[in-house]
Amino acid sequence: MQVNTLHFKRTAVANLANPQLQRALQRLQERFVGTRAAVMTEIPDFEALRSVAAAIRQHTLERLDHYLEQFEREVTASGGHVHWAEDAAAAQRLVVAIARRHGVRTVVKSKSMVTEECAINEALEAAGLEVTETDLGEYILQLAHEPPSHIVAPVVHKNKEEVADLFARHHQRPRQQGIAELCREAREVLRPKFLAADMGISGANFLIAESGSALIVTNEGNGRLATTLPRVHLAITGIEKVVPSLDEVSILLRLLPRSATGQSITNYVSVMTGPRRAGDLDGPEHFHVILVDNGRSRLLGSELEPMLRCIRCGACMNHCPVYQNIGGHAYGWVYPGPMGSVLTPIFVGLAEARDLPNASTLCGACAEVCPVKIPLPDLLRDLRVRQVARHLRPWPERVALRLWTWCATHPRLYAFLAAVGARVLKRLGGTRGLIHRLPFAHGWTAGRDFPAPAGRTFRELYRARKAK
Amino acid sequence: MSDAREAILARIRATRTAAPAARPSCEAPLPVVGDDLVAAFSERARKLSSDVFGPVAAAQAGAQIAGYLRDRQLPAQAVCWPTLAALDWSSAGIASEARVARATDLVGITGCFCAIAETGTLMLLSGPDTPASVSLLPETHVALLPVTRIVARMEDAWALLRKEHGELPRAVHFISGPSRTADIEQTVTLGAHGPYRVLIVLTNG
Repeated sequence: MQVNTLHFKRTAVANLANPQLQRALQRLQERFVGTRAAVMTEIPDFEALRSVAAAIRQHTLERLDHYLEQFEREVTASGGHVHWAEDAAAAQRLVVAIARRHGVRTVVKSKSMVTEECAINEALEAAGLEVTETDLGEYILQLAHEPPSHIVAPVVHKNKEEVADLFARHHQRPRQQGIAELCREAREVLRPKFLAADMGISGANFLIAESGSALIVTNEGNGRLATTLPRVHLAITGIEKVVPSLDEVSILLRLLPRSATGQSITNYVSVMTGPRRAGDLDGPEHFHVILVDNGRSRLLGSELEPMLRCIRCGACMNHCPVYQNIGGHAYGWVYPGPMGSVLTPIFVGLAEARDLPNASTLCGACAEVCPVKIPLPDLLRDLRVRQVARHLRPWPERVALRLWTWCATHPRLYAFLAAVGARVLKRLGGTRGLIHRLPFAHGWTAGRDFPAPAGRTFRELYRARKAK
Repeated sequence: MSDAREAILARIRATRTAAPAARPSCEAPLPVVGDDLVAAFSERARKLSSDVFGPVAAAQAGAQIAGYLRDRQLPAQAVCWPTLAALDWSSAGIASEARVARATDLVGITGCFCAIAETGTLMLLSGPDTPASVSLLPETHVALLPVTRIVARMEDAWALLRKEHGELPRAVHFISGPSRTADIEQTVTLGAHGPYRVLIVLTNG
């Protein structure tokens, strides 16, 4: 997927002024935040449950090599194949090679953010294969040639009129008005694609080490169709998705749908282990898993390691005041919101994504709702520190901070400048003590007034009081 | 290919500073289920838009299904799991064929391995006599569920699977109501790519 992270400010500003998008984001907030809060009350102690979930994910990371090797052994034992990809390019080569090996011409996909991360669709199309996204949201985006703007609700930025226009243009059918009719139309158009496809590609929400299984959670049933009907099933996911056993899955599944969409469970949870067995009447003949690293293993042992606990529920973006106002596209890549502001600099480079660690007020809402207790504000702060250390901040900021440091380490000069500054600002504040415009700080004063200081510095006041 | 494997595993191992701690416990506070599993299951399943009938005697299940299909003007014609082929469908007025599902099938009848009261969820295993497509392709999915097969939690379902089968089948499908999507304007719409409706007939014994 194309990296547009350098356009953060421009896109954010445009999105803030887009009334249609603002309505959509308002809707997302109402539905996802409210339903999540309601369904969490079913759990007697959310804090205790997420502590267990965090411990499970952390333990898996500490023994990641062990569980990955166990997973690989079990997949092989059940007749499947495991492939390892160092980066996106390697994952692309593997997917094309697997498709060629099995004589695949058509592919149906269920929703997978890792395949977005690795630009798998583009690679398959370049190799001459026909690829169809089948998750309703992803299908709409494929028709519109747009990236997702949310990891769970990828098409949250579009309204039903836009979808109706898109369908009318691509399906050569009469334009539908209602949401139910649009869903029915997508079903009717996509069903033949499922029936004809040679290969189904899915992600995996979890990989289960003890059984060599890939688990996916879905609501639409497209994930089930894509992994049942085609003769090849290929699951692509990150190396961090492995968990020890089915017992851990039972715990994590109480948190994932609740955190993501406010459902106590998704409509479907599918656990797939190997290809079709002797005597089976349906199911794929071939089962492949691609384990993608793409920078993940480098996070182990670093301050950013907790990010690998992420189970991709999207709660952090649903609750983020920045995401709620600018939407997902402003973040410029696959993963938006707080988790994306941590992940994107890791994947595309800190210099390339310089605005993202700063696209947060550090209010802490993301860390509070995270089902695996990822300290997102701490990680964002860590990335900010790295930016400063690598001189990636803009030069006016660097010069200003260096000047300030120099002044602050010269107490007399600092006292003098502070006294002058306080008086000048008091002057500017006038009788009401409010400054409407400040040089170099238009961004701040454009939306509100700057309260002027009282005229004397703390040190002056302290000295005066002591003299009494 | 194996080079990537070795490189990835080597990087992971290089970060190991201390011996890993023991596997953490999965003991956690869980949602309350209650003692009456049948009532708990039925309530949850209905909440998730499944239709729940019964419990009825196993012999009555066919008539229940026929009535349900008639009320909704659905055809009394179904594909069913081979495990259910021996049931007397014809006297209930249902023309049923035991096989894998096809694109044209409108009603699919299955059993299930067990069901989970905590979430109102059916658990189906794939197998030669229990093809996964029957609960997936038709617009109406009917599942027969003996009340004795309702367990409290997913943990109990896995334990039952380990006890009765030892290993996992190709596919385990947990089903919690008709397929749905909320992708357009976050408005929940039943019937996405899977069934539009799920009827669960509880049977005694």
